[in-house]
Amino acid sequence: MAKITLSDLKHSYYDNPKGPDDYALKEIDLEWSDGGAYALLGPSGCGKSTLLNIISGLLTPSNGKILFDDKDVTHLPPNQRNIAQVFQFPVIYDTMTVFDNLAFPLRNRGVDETTVNTRVMAIAEMLEVTDMMGKKAAGLSPDNKQKISMGRGLVRDDVNVVMFDEPLTVIDPHLKWKLRSKLKELHQKVRATMIYVTHDQTEALTFADQVVVMQDGEIVQIGTPVELFERPAHTFVGHFIGSPGMNVLPCEVRDGGAFFENTLITLEGEIEQGTGTAQIGVRPEFVTLGDHGLPAFVHKVSDVGRHAVVEAKVGHETVKAIIEGEAPLQGAATHLSFDPSKTRLYRDGWIATRAAE
Amino acid sequence: MKTQNQKAWFFVLPVLLLVAFNALIPMMTVVNYSVQETFGNNVFFWHGVGWFEDLLNSERFHAALGRQILFTTIILLIEIPLGIVIALAMPRKGIWVPVCLVLMALPMLIPWNVVGAMWNIFTLPDIGLLGYLMNTTLGIDYDMTQDPFAAWVTIVTMDVWHWTSLVVLLCYAGLVSIPDAYYQAAKIDGASSWSVFRYIQLPKMKQVLTIAILLRFMDSFNIYTEVFVMTGGGPGNSTTFLSIDLVKIALGQFDLGPAAAMSLIYFAITLLVSWLFYTLMTKDDGK
Repeated sequence: MAKITLSDLKHSYYDNPKGPDDYALKEIDLEWSDGGAYALLGPSGCGKSTLLNIISGLLTPSNGKILFDDKDVTHLPPNQRNIAQVFQFPVIYDTMTVFDNLAFPLRNRGVDETTVNTRVMAIAEMLEVTDMMGKKAAGLSPDNKQKISMGRGLVRDDVNVVMFDEPLTVIDPHLKWKLRSKLKELHQKVRATMIYVTHDQTEALTFADQVVVMQDGEIVQIGTPVELFERPAHTFVGHFIGSPGMNVLPCEVRDGGAFFENTLITLEGEIEQGTGTAQIGVRPEFVTLGDHGLPAFVHKVSDVGRHAVVEAKVGHETVKAIIEGEAPLQGAATHLSFDPSKTRLYRDGWIATRAAE
Repeated sequence: MKTQNQKAWFFVLPVLLLVAFNALIPMMTVVNYSVQETFGNNVFFWHGVGWFEDLLNSERFHAALGRQILFTTIILLIEIPLGIVIALAMPRKGIWVPVCLVLMALPMLIPWNVVGAMWNIFTLPDIGLLGYLMNTTLGIDYDMTQDPFAAWVTIVTMDVWHWTSLVVLLCYAGLVSIPDAYYQAAKIDGASSWSVFRYIQLPKMKQVLTIAILLRFMDSFNIYTEVFVMTGGGPGNSTTFLSIDLVKIALGQFDLGPAAAMSLIYFAITLLVSWLFYTLMTKDDGK
């Protein structure tokens, strides 16, 4: 178990990177405390797997340092870092039994057989795989295979961090939920630092205490699931997290106020000085339909079960709203209002309003 | 619902005819010859299993079979491990991949009789590059036309040169299909390179290796052209393998009966060994 510090980390797959576009990771400074559950969330190609491979030691960064408990491990190979990694596709040793698979990392490190036995049985119990210990691992179902590869990571008691690289990709939907809660439960039992990489917001938000959202090799926001939802620091976070994502509307800033379709919109707080393309961001959850506010008409209504998503047109812009209860008819005229405490101004994507005290 | 429809048989018919003409009928002719005796003029007499009994008791057949088994064993013991080692050493990425692949494929593209002729000239003591080098420059007595041991070394070397590539290419195909995650997981699990080979690479190569061994067994057990061109079975009978002996009996002595009986036994051995090997290697796959 260890605290993990990434300082001034950059990585490029080119030998001589020229511009910032050549970097898969632009500049990462992070600190993860011991025993936490973290998620790295971002779309494919945002650099999250690169970051993971740098932490595990499969890649050496072009620049910067990685510290485990203040010990510099930047140039140590994976087997000397005491880490465990679970991959997208379950990696199991086909010719070995389930027991031998779980015992493999311990035996490679010369642990005596009695300890191997107790550790393996303890992990098997946690994963609920005790009944298949003698079976050849090749014949297991994908979810059990993935359990075994998780088990190989958890079986060692000296691991600094367990990393998961989109581990549920190949698992059937109905088993995903089960494995996800198993993982959460395991984290509470073993208390190892865990890093979970995914592009699936549900997985990230349910697993992690803290989520790191990445885009184009940069960290855009670090926060608890609630923070990411309530106050996205970047329009990307607002858009990427939530279903549907945050409304991002063009606006004009004048006289200290933000105008959308020539209407002054009340924001959460004072607008910070700055330049750049200004946009207003408000989540569909905080848009209400009623008799007052921005005149609009209902363009499309989709009932998603628990609630309805209403797409309203204000001028040429589309604003989405989530409506509990009865939804208006398509084509109906209505008025929109935004919850001021949840409405913010963004400049070049970054938040530019001061939080209300 | 199950539909009973016999029309499918008609679609199989052309293949059946084709197989009948190029395999079944010639094969049955051989079976026919193997139980008959002839003194010419196209007159045949029933001979029962006599030819088979004679053959199985014949020392000449035992010797040829022994040489054949020895040859196949030697080349399998060399080509399979060597093929695996070369495949492991080949690059997985980069510009050297196509270069290596082409270099590997080259020997296999050369026709059998050309291979035989090439090595024949190559090893001739007075004019061959290798033969001259060995005898004159290095002073080692090496003449495969005189010395049975030299003949064997030459034939084995030639076969290794000609066919190891097949094992290499098959193993290489098996190796490149292993996802990187396996190697990364093994690194993290602290596996030694021997463990990586034993538990990741070898199991993943098992299927292609089965095919490689099978192909090399069948092909080396039936080797004819190269040996015929190089040594013609000599010196003496030292490189007279089953196929060479068979041709001597069938076309040299024109003993159709014994030759037919020998063909059938030869075929049965190849088939039996291949079947046994394949069944043993694949028996766990379904589980």
